[in-house]
Amino acid sequence: MSYSDAGHDAHHGDHDHHGPAPGLMRWVTTTNHKDIGTLYLWFSLIMFFIGGGMALIIRAELWSPGISVVDPMFFNSMTTMHAIVMIFGVVMPAFVGLANWMIPMMLGAPDMALPRLNNWSFWIMPFAFTIMLSTLFMDSGGPAGGWTMYPPLVLQMGDSFAFVIFAIHFLGISSVMGSINIVATIFNMRAPGMTLMQMPMFVWTWLITAFLLIATIPVFAGAVTMLLTDRFFETSFFSAAGGGDPVMYQHIFWFFGHPEVYILILPAFGIISHILPTFSRKQLFGYDSMVYATASIAFLSFIVWAHHMFTTGMPLAGELFFMFSTMMISVPTGVKVFNWVSTMWRGSMTFETPMLFAIGFVIMFTIGGLSGLMLAITPADIQYHDTYFVVAHFHYVLVPGAIYSIMAATYFWIPKWTGNMYDEKLGKLHFWISTIFVNVLFFPMHFVGLAGMPRRIPDYSLQFADWNMIATIGAFGFGFSQLMFVYIIFKCIKGGEKATGEVWEGARGLEWTVDSPAPYHTFEESPTITPSTITR
Amino acid sequence: MSDHPRATGKAHAMVAGKMLALAVAMFGFGYAMVPIYDIICEVTGLNGKTGRVSIAEAEAAKVDPNREVIVEFTSTINASGAWDFRPTVDQMQVKPGQTYQTTYFAQNLSDNTTIGQATPSVTPAAAAKYFNKTECFCFTQQVFEPRATKDMPLIFIIDPDLPLNVDRVTLSYTFFSSPGDNSTASLSPSLTSFAQEISQ
Repeated sequence: MSYSDAGHDAHHGDHDHHGPAPGLMRWVTTTNHKDIGTLYLWFSLIMFFIGGGMALIIRAELWSPGISVVDPMFFNSMTTMHAIVMIFGVVMPAFVGLANWMIPMMLGAPDMALPRLNNWSFWIMPFAFTIMLSTLFMDSGGPAGGWTMYPPLVLQMGDSFAFVIFAIHFLGISSVMGSINIVATIFNMRAPGMTLMQMPMFVWTWLITAFLLIATIPVFAGAVTMLLTDRFFETSFFSAAGGGDPVMYQHIFWFFGHPEVYILILPAFGIISHILPTFSRKQLFGYDSMVYATASIAFLSFIVWAHHMFTTGMPLAGELFFMFSTMMISVPTGVKVFNWVSTMWRGSMTFETPMLFAIGFVIMFTIGGLSGLMLAITPADIQYHDTYFVVAHFHYVLVPGAIYSIMAATYFWIPKWTGNMYDEKLGKLHFWISTIFVNVLFFPMHFVGLAGMPRRIPDYSLQFADWNMIATIGAFGFGFSQLMFVYIIFKCIKGGEKATGEVWEGARGLEWTVDSPAPYHTFEESPTITPSTITR
Repeated sequence: MSDHPRATGKAHAMVAGKMLALAVAMFGFGYAMVPIYDIICEVTGLNGKTGRVSIAEAEAAKVDPNREVIVEFTSTINASGAWDFRPTVDQMQVKPGQTYQTTYFAQNLSDNTTIGQATPSVTPAAAAKYFNKTECFCFTQQVFEPRATKDMPLIFIIDPDLPLNVDRVTLSYTFFSSPGDNSTASLSPSLTSFAQEISQ
């Protein structure tokens, strides 16, 4: 495509180019937001199975005490890479993919604001992850010091360290470019008459997420650059011998790292705020408070970072400050959960697959939120720190949290993407099998964690054997049931009951006013905003 | 961007420019956290960072004759070097406001000329900012000939404002082989060997 679809017939050539370019080069050179969204989503799905495979290696090793399946160094590589792949290769690209597909359609815009930048943002990622994953095949092995990459341990890694850092830089550049594009789209390309406070919640949560990304990814880039120069250019940012301090790395890292965890969940909040009202046949309860709660969470995320560091020997005043500021986050989060519950209250609810995943999200994300509140309590955290309780906590907010929201979004919008309804029976089965196994997988981790089982270690004390065996059964069950998800997606692409433009009865929002499948170019003429086309 | 109406393209560039500026500023902020961190540690005494005063300041301090504080000396050798390193006395009874001198003993156990660097830390952390030094071997890098020994001086004074509940202060030194020394691998050999590895 020599022109993006944003053109308003200013160039005569546009009339001949209203479909996608033929052949594989379509995907390489595309500037179409739907194509790029699709690329992001496929990339995320592939990485989901790579990261999931790593998780299964971890769980296979933990099936029984003792070193049984892999050697400890490789085990450590797996825990590290699993985290990096799942965070930077699955959840973030999936949300960016959904943003690409849905935000222009939700705003009544013809495309993203910067379509060529958009192409770059995506195509950097496969290369970055090729570099990242290739370290596993190098002599000095992949990164094995945990995804947080604390010095001095991480500096003891071999020369493949440089590849890891450069891959992270590329991923960061991709995220920042994608975010800049999203902010520009939201500020400049809304349909005439759509005010900020009329935007769909998914757009709002992504706007705030994009700001978080732009503000924190560069800090992370700085931190890993310091690691790089400490390792290869003899600076001493984190080396005590040269006057540096390894604890400082933790401060810089978590200044990025804590907002990052909200980057991984805010778009999920947006998705859930679309699905619950649709299947409750009501409007979202408390739209304004949802917007302000999201903004409050984003603001608070910048002043809570040291709750990851309660055991580093902070002074009491610091521990108290970070404890209270952390607990304060449960207030806006609670506002959101209660608003979702109130949205469903006395609604005409039906339980199609996206709704099941959304309700599953609300319940299980709240379990993860509650264990997070327990971890926020400084004196208790000193016991829980670096145990499987922490692993249980963040997997509850990320798997039945972020991942479930992505699956819910896929089922919710796939009829719009493909023009076909997915297989509802299989979808529901996928939900129930996943939900049973995900709890078998992660719930026992609370118990072994409270009993003191440390994370990131391939061996464990005999007393933890039974629960670990159960967790491993859950892991393999959950992992293999995701093949169902892939099957359902392929089946839906190939055919099925034709979807209407509205898809879901009474669904509100501009994306439901176009045909299913959505034409290659939508909203080349700006739509008129009416009360029934805005979601609030 | 030729396909956008001119005004829209300008508006996009505006937003993108502002966001890019924010990203660049935050990259700078990451680096700014390094001096900010040091200043916070110095002001609050966090991390056991000790203070440094001039001899004139130390002489001007009022001695508190009615108070005695025990200062303990400990040492740790970092795994990266072959050293003997220990305090010559384990503890001293001192009066706040008076200047004292002691030494640490160090020997280079290797057959190479090596640079050593000591880093101090004081516990309890609340006492750190009241522990001041006029002279310390930790202020500079120490060069050791092969097998050489040194008695390295330390002159310190405890601020009379030391909180009353502190009656025992521990000064700990960790001794490192200095980075940039030949005991740590330099860039070019490691990259050369790596280049060989991947070419095989």
